[in-house]
Amino acid sequence: MDLALILIQTLNAVQYGLLLFLVASGLTLIFGVMGVINLAHGSFYMMGAYLAFTLTALTGNLLLAIVIGVVLSAVLGALLEWALFSHLYRRNHLQQVLLTYGLILIFEELRSVLVGNEVYSVKVPDWLNFSVPLGSVMTYPAYRLFMSGVCLVLALGLYLLIERTLVGARIRAGSSNRGMVQLLGINIDWLYRLVFALGVALAAFAGMLNAPASSVSPGMGTQVLIVSFVVVIVGGIGSVWGALLASLLVAFADTFGKVFVPDYAGIAIYVVMAAILLWRPEGLFKS
Amino acid sequence: MMSLVTSRSRAAIIAVFLGALAAFPLFGQEFYTELVTRVMILSIFAISLDLLVGYTGLVSFGHAAWFGMGGYVFALLGTKYQLTDSLWLTLPAAMLVTAAAAFLVGLFVLRTRGMFFIMVTLAFAQIFYFFFHDIKALGGSSDGMNLRGKPDTRIGGWVPFELTDPNTLYYFVLVLMAALLLAMALLLRSPLGRALQGIRENEHRMEAIGFPVFRYKLAAFTIAGAFGGLAGYLFAVLNGSVNPEMLSWHQSADVLLMLILGGMGQLWGGPIGAFTFVLLQELLSSYSKLWHLWLGIAIVLIVLFLPGGMFSLFDRVKRLRQGRAA
Repeated sequence: MDLALILIQTLNAVQYGLLLFLVASGLTLIFGVMGVINLAHGSFYMMGAYLAFTLTALTGNLLLAIVIGVVLSAVLGALLEWALFSHLYRRNHLQQVLLTYGLILIFEELRSVLVGNEVYSVKVPDWLNFSVPLGSVMTYPAYRLFMSGVCLVLALGLYLLIERTLVGARIRAGSSNRGMVQLLGINIDWLYRLVFALGVALAAFAGMLNAPASSVSPGMGTQVLIVSFVVVIVGGIGSVWGALLASLLVAFADTFGKVFVPDYAGIAIYVVMAAILLWRPEGLFKS
Repeated sequence: MMSLVTSRSRAAIIAVFLGALAAFPLFGQEFYTELVTRVMILSIFAISLDLLVGYTGLVSFGHAAWFGMGGYVFALLGTKYQLTDSLWLTLPAAMLVTAAAAFLVGLFVLRTRGMFFIMVTLAFAQIFYFFFHDIKALGGSSDGMNLRGKPDTRIGGWVPFELTDPNTLYYFVLVLMAALLLAMALLLRSPLGRALQGIRENEHRMEAIGFPVFRYKLAAFTIAGAFGGLAGYLFAVLNGSVNPEMLSWHQSADVLLMLILGGMGQLWGGPIGAFTFVLLQELLSSYSKLWHLWLGIAIVLIVLFLPGGMFSLFDRVKRLRQGRAA
């Protein structure tokens, strides 16, 4: 295996890992702050991809589609939090699993009614539709580099939001002691709504960003959800740092698994998960 | 509920119920015989999960792994590698293999708790899904496999019964389900069963008074795996085929739903839930192509307004009446 191929696979793994992080960070935040396990998180990712397809077809502009899509997703997230999830905070995990499973069924069926079951593709914008030379013989699609860059900026933004701002301090406080935060006169309901909307918007954004790089297909939500679960398990529930590290780890295992052991590629990430669980049963960064 | 029979009226209800099931194929058409066979197989599946969720307090979201694996053991031994079709070899093999796999997985997943446990069991089930989806030596393909026939019941030259006959298969499954219910009732009264229910109530206290909690949970996980495997084996026999969807997380979610519908931690919760679920499925899908949508909406509404499951409805009505009378 030559160096250029390793380089390309590394770039692919980093890009996949960062994208996974956007989805998994929402999942882990929603769990870490509100204690809710959200099976429908993958559906938000899928919804994002279909929004990208539909809105690009309507507006003819992917970036505009993404902006509109993110706003719509955040609003939907806030509405869902208000109507459904806010009733789940004091419930047991089994009820959370059930309700969010019900949501998946609703999302899947609505998607099949509204957009059908075909596989769609979204065009890469013209100004990004070129390849960057890597060394003398290989090239790499510019859109994938663009994706990595955007995800990196968002990851950094998320870090700054949580670690450096007042809202972030409140989110962190809310995750460790809800009652205390409330006593301090902070409106915890709106804080939760904000975190939830943020999580939904991040997942949907990941789906939109990835739409031109791969296809938009019915099974994509489930697939990304289960991989995100693995990320959260490996990283440690509620830890955003853990999610970042675990996303990259899982992405590398998956990408290089496909290169070295193609028949067993589907299992590679679970082997990593099992190994880490043996070593640290509560994930890398227990929060 | 600690025992199968706690009162004379309950015993009567159970006798009537089993009697009705026993008489059912005498009147029904083949379609309905098959339908009820399926319900009873799903009952076995749900009862096996109830040992974990209802009695031990372990919410497994990967129970379909054992269901699918049990079916695949028969498919691989009988059809793919053509080693044997014998019921007397393949059925114990299916249960042994799933028990062994559940034991190994249990070593990992039982180190985790609560939310983690839910996600880790789901992830491990996904591994097995990929096994039977991707690995050619295990019959891996998204279409699965058609079986070459029903299990062979011969003992030497003697044929005690023929599973190719739908009625015989029906009674075979009925006997197994009744045996499992009896076994569960006995298990729950045994020291192991009591310890498991103690773990459900307060794991740390059980640990503190000296119970080897991990070993007990591992025993429950292994037993539940074996009976999940039995259900999958029977399901494969009934359908004459296996496919990876038997191991999918939708299957795991469906069996959890059955338990919720029927009532967790109750001996008859599994059968009642399986019956309700299949009935709902048949009704909704005959009225609307969008039955998943209606099912999803029903689930959301049940969780929001009836968190205790369908059975809490009776309790609520009862309490309401008593409240009025007082």
